[in-house]
Amino acid sequence: MTLLSVIGKRFSKNRLAVIGAATVACLMVISLLAPFISPYDPTAIDVHNVLSPPGRAHLLGTDELGRDVLSRMVWGSRISLKVGFVAVGVAISIGIIIGAIAGFYGGKADAVLMRFVDIMLAFPTFFLILAVIAILEPSIFTIMMVIGITGWMDVARLVRAEFLTLKERDFVVAAQALGASDLGLIFRHILPNALSPVFVAATFGVAGAILTESGLSFLGLGVQPPDPSWGNILTSGKDNITVAWWLSLYPGLAILITVLSYNLIGEGLRDALDPRLWDVEI
Amino acid sequence: MIPLILGITLITFIVIHLAPGGPVEVQTEMSLKTSAQARENLKKLYGLDKPLHTQYFEWVGRFVKFDFGKSFVDGRKVIDKIVERIPITLTINILSLMLIFIIAVPIGVFSATKQYSLFDKVSTIFVFVGFSTPTFWLALLLMILFGVNLGILPISGIQSIDVSEMGTFERLADWVKHLILPVGISAFGGIAGMSRYSRSSMLEVIRQDYIRTARAKGLIESEIVFKHALRNALMPIVTILGLSVPGLIGGGVIFETIFAIPGMGQLFYSSTMSRDYPTIMGILVIGAILTLIGNLIADISYALVDPRIRVRNK
Repeated sequence: MTLLSVIGKRFSKNRLAVIGAATVACLMVISLLAPFISPYDPTAIDVHNVLSPPGRAHLLGTDELGRDVLSRMVWGSRISLKVGFVAVGVAISIGIIIGAIAGFYGGKADAVLMRFVDIMLAFPTFFLILAVIAILEPSIFTIMMVIGITGWMDVARLVRAEFLTLKERDFVVAAQALGASDLGLIFRHILPNALSPVFVAATFGVAGAILTESGLSFLGLGVQPPDPSWGNILTSGKDNITVAWWLSLYPGLAILITVLSYNLIGEGLRDALDPRLWDVEI
Repeated sequence: MIPLILGITLITFIVIHLAPGGPVEVQTEMSLKTSAQARENLKKLYGLDKPLHTQYFEWVGRFVKFDFGKSFVDGRKVIDKIVERIPITLTINILSLMLIFIIAVPIGVFSATKQYSLFDKVSTIFVFVGFSTPTFWLALLLMILFGVNLGILPISGIQSIDVSEMGTFERLADWVKHLILPVGISAFGGIAGMSRYSRSSMLEVIRQDYIRTARAKGLIESEIVFKHALRNALMPIVTILGLSVPGLIGGGVIFETIFAIPGMGQLFYSSTMSRDYPTIMGILVIGAILTLIGNLIADISYALVDPRIRVRNK
């Protein structure tokens, strides 16, 4: 049995993780098919149906401009997917590079880079994100970049720790003796063996990035209206809190379910990838 | 700690100067007729005409004296604006840290000692849902429930309008009522995370040999759990508690804005919206310093719960 199929089998034994993966798959399909399945144009204003409660015409009601909430949520799912993957991609790339350099070369490079990590960790991250976004223009691109740039520290620490132990191992020393270059050692020999904790961190990272984006959009610093995102529908929920509960309830529920799914996947991956747990249950 | 603080100020400074427009553009973009001369005057007023490194060193030099300059918005001293906001933010954070500790640690301990029991399973589900809940959404729902539908809790501010007519006791009750939702909500995510950490920390400890020894020599279960296991399990928890300070302070931006609480988070939000650079810089630095103080307190409490550290330092 290959390693991958062992991991796959262990993952699929975890019922909650499988439910999470299925939910995420559903969301991906929904966001791909958004133009076909959303019942209305998500930005179409309808002054005759302002703030109408959930009913037959509008399953999840309408907002203060008469826009269909369900359609806006279907289109908003695209934002969540995009933000999650791009932001985490950025964070992981930075984290891997910094962690690899620190762990592989050690010494001064390690000391300086880890100090940098400490400094970044000392900032209340949300303040930093908010400041950068307010200073640059709030847009989906800025958000993805900024969440990535402020979220790489954990990955860097994980990768560094893996590198510290892996670089002493015989196969690395052997490759070095055979004349492998530093780059070759880092990317060909060590990194592939250091990736499993990174995958787990990435999955949890996607969950965190989606939460952060929704918070930013809620504050008006994320996706700008009229473009829909789950966070900015919640802003209308807050503005109409005394009259339209449906504007608050449903988008938040969508965020909760999505984030929960990624967290469940992450937990499942962690257990599946941890060799210490293998002999116990197999 | 000093290089850490210097690094923090440097990053803050760089972040602020990423701005394409700069504060002068913001102030003048409302009135297009502002002359070039007026712009230059504004730049000179804020010292923006000097080279970047000079600006930085001047700023750090003043920062050592906690002089962050004057706000672009109302011309008041930044440090005054921040200091008057700190008590309320600190109160909410300390209260919610206490709430997190009081609720999460027992949950974690009981799930660990009764691993795979019903309680453990239910609390695990709670943890995952709690981790995944957008707190501002929870805030909205609770505001709708308690504020709008039931009408028993206020949904904004920290005191009622007629507070001046109240007696001391009524005033206190009024204050508590206003703080229930904000404190509860800012603690919510932390409770989920912390109970998870205490569970795994406790699980690790109760597998140790000294716990087996304690059991073997016939100690009663409660003594084993609370005297032998808990103290050791508390150490990583204390560290995490210290590390959660930046999250709490940062999270304050959202719920202070929702509940209209005049704390640092709300000040930060309004300053970012108006690009009030001196205030933004001041809060970023003060926030980072509060974080460092949180870590320091965590280190000290570490020594309090771990006698080994005390002995080593003697």
